[in-house]
Amino acid sequence: MIRLEALNKSYVMSEHSLHVLKDLSLEIAEGELVAIMGSSGSGKSTLLNVLGLLDRYDSGAYHLGGKLARDLSETEAAKLRNSHLGFVFQSFHLLPFKTAVENVALPLYYSGVARRKRNAMAASMLERVGLGDRLDHLPSQLSGGQKQRVAIARALVTDPKVLLADEPTGALDSQTSTEILELLLEVNAEGRTVVIVTHEPDVAARTRRVIHLADGRIGEDRRQEGG
Amino acid sequence: MFDLDRWTEIGDALRKNKLRTALTALGVFWGMFMLVVMLGFGNGLENGVKGSMMRFTTNVVYVWGERTTMAYRGFQPGREVDFTNADIAAIRRVPGVEYVAPRNQLGGHRSSNVIRRGSKTGSYQVLGETPDFFKISPRILVSGRFINPLDLEEKRKTAVIGQQVAAELFEPGEDPVGHYISVQGGSFLVVGVFRMASNDDRSDRENSTIHVPFSTFQHVFNYGERVSWFAIGADDDTSAGDLEDRVRAELADRHHVHPDDPEGIGGFNSEREFGKVSKLFGGIRFFVWFVGVMTLAAGVVGVSNILLIVVKERTKEIGLRRALGATPFSVVSMIVQEAVTLTAVSGYAGLVAGVALLEVASMALGEDSGPMSQPGVDLSTALAAGVVLLFAGALAGVIPARNAAAISPVEALHSE
Repeated sequence: MIRLEALNKSYVMSEHSLHVLKDLSLEIAEGELVAIMGSSGSGKSTLLNVLGLLDRYDSGAYHLGGKLARDLSETEAAKLRNSHLGFVFQSFHLLPFKTAVENVALPLYYSGVARRKRNAMAASMLERVGLGDRLDHLPSQLSGGQKQRVAIARALVTDPKVLLADEPTGALDSQTSTEILELLLEVNAEGRTVVIVTHEPDVAARTRRVIHLADGRIGEDRRQEGG
Repeated sequence: MFDLDRWTEIGDALRKNKLRTALTALGVFWGMFMLVVMLGFGNGLENGVKGSMMRFTTNVVYVWGERTTMAYRGFQPGREVDFTNADIAAIRRVPGVEYVAPRNQLGGHRSSNVIRRGSKTGSYQVLGETPDFFKISPRILVSGRFINPLDLEEKRKTAVIGQQVAAELFEPGEDPVGHYISVQGGSFLVVGVFRMASNDDRSDRENSTIHVPFSTFQHVFNYGERVSWFAIGADDDTSAGDLEDRVRAELADRHHVHPDDPEGIGGFNSEREFGKVSKLFGGIRFFVWFVGVMTLAAGVVGVSNILLIVVKERTKEIGLRRALGATPFSVVSMIVQEAVTLTAVSGYAGLVAGVALLEVASMALGEDSGPMSQPGVDLSTALAAGVVLLFAGALAGVIPARNAAAISPVEALHSE
């Protein structure tokens, strides 16, 4: 599903350039549940941005579902993000002036689904994440855990192959974190590839593969029994 | 484009800042309003002035004698050229001439004379005319008739007087026709009263004139064969400008004036006057468009400005939309559509308000009202203004949209 070959990425600052990802090679198969860990500055966020087609890379190759990312135009990348990828962020990134249903329906708007149909799809997705009674609430009327559920529903509504989560529990208390993590495990159980960037060992412990990044390289790639 | 969600988005964005939106819209509204109103009143002025000129026959040439400035055929410069009756036939032979009206004025150009009727007196211009003059310079007969060929042939002491003269020398309700007026001791029988079709300054002056038969004039006032000036009507196929050149050449030859002498024979034609006025209105129209478009441009800059702020404020939202699958095109078109909507709605309101004002003004001014007549804009002007507006709207969106498209989702999503 995801294949990186000798990938390099630098940020050019005003005077010097910062080499963030160094000859990174990595393969993630379909249906895997992977945690990416590393200290801040290890390049894990950059890696997620590259995986999410949000950022470009300098050299090497990134294949997503058999497609080479480098060849994609901005428009093609946008379409691929829409259909193949789902994003979950630490700070949720819900649009504050839209209701839960409208937030979840937003990706469907960009894939050209008619209004009535996408609202119905969004509502059923919200029911699946346990928010069937919060459809018309604004984000400000929801708790942190509920917001993240809405965000996960939004990530899943286009039925993507890959879910990319950037510190999904970073802003949540431990009780809620566990619930959200359970939800992500369910998503993975449906056969979707789930990649979670986290610095919490508790979260990483529940996955089946933990990749440690250190200074732009893979320090450790360990498979484990998730639980 | 006809996407309900898109319109909802735009409505939301504009509604979030009502005051700012209203002030921005006001700029465009005002620009459009000014453009339409100025164009409308410009048109009204043009209609009025050209309309009153049209009522004069447009193809008229006036020629008069002047003092020569060049020696020619043995004549010294400084000689006064005087036209005579013999010139009438000569001018009539010039191709393109339809009417020739020799004219004399008592006391010289624009001087007036004391006219008496019973105990009342007034001061008016007295002119010697032929019937053709009334074809060159049409006027409305209030009572009686104009000067006819028989008056001329028999040198009758008849007079056709302007409305103003009639009003001042006669009692209200009294018909001047059949009564006598005294001009320099001679009695003239009033046979007609006229008024001019329009009511500008020139018409007011004409309404205070007295016209007597040309032959009678020469005889009674001892003018001999002298003709002060000619009014000449061109036929339909001849332009007044060409005719003036031909007539002047003919008269210069007859009166031994050097062909290159700038003076000697004076002349003027209505075409030249009409051309001057046309050029003037061309200039006014350019000025109006220039000022109007610039005012509109100021409004458009306002729209562009507000959108720049809006884009800045919505950086995170736009970044998120990009992450969720919004293409750069959909972001750009969203901003441009917002700009076009804001300009189109407020500009259209300005257009409607401008046209409404012009309609009210047009109604208040009535059918015929001198220099300002039927102010308004025609459909093609309104369409042109609309095109300018749409173009302006799109232009207003370009820079903000470019900024929006340049937003990197990575930076937008990580700016907390």
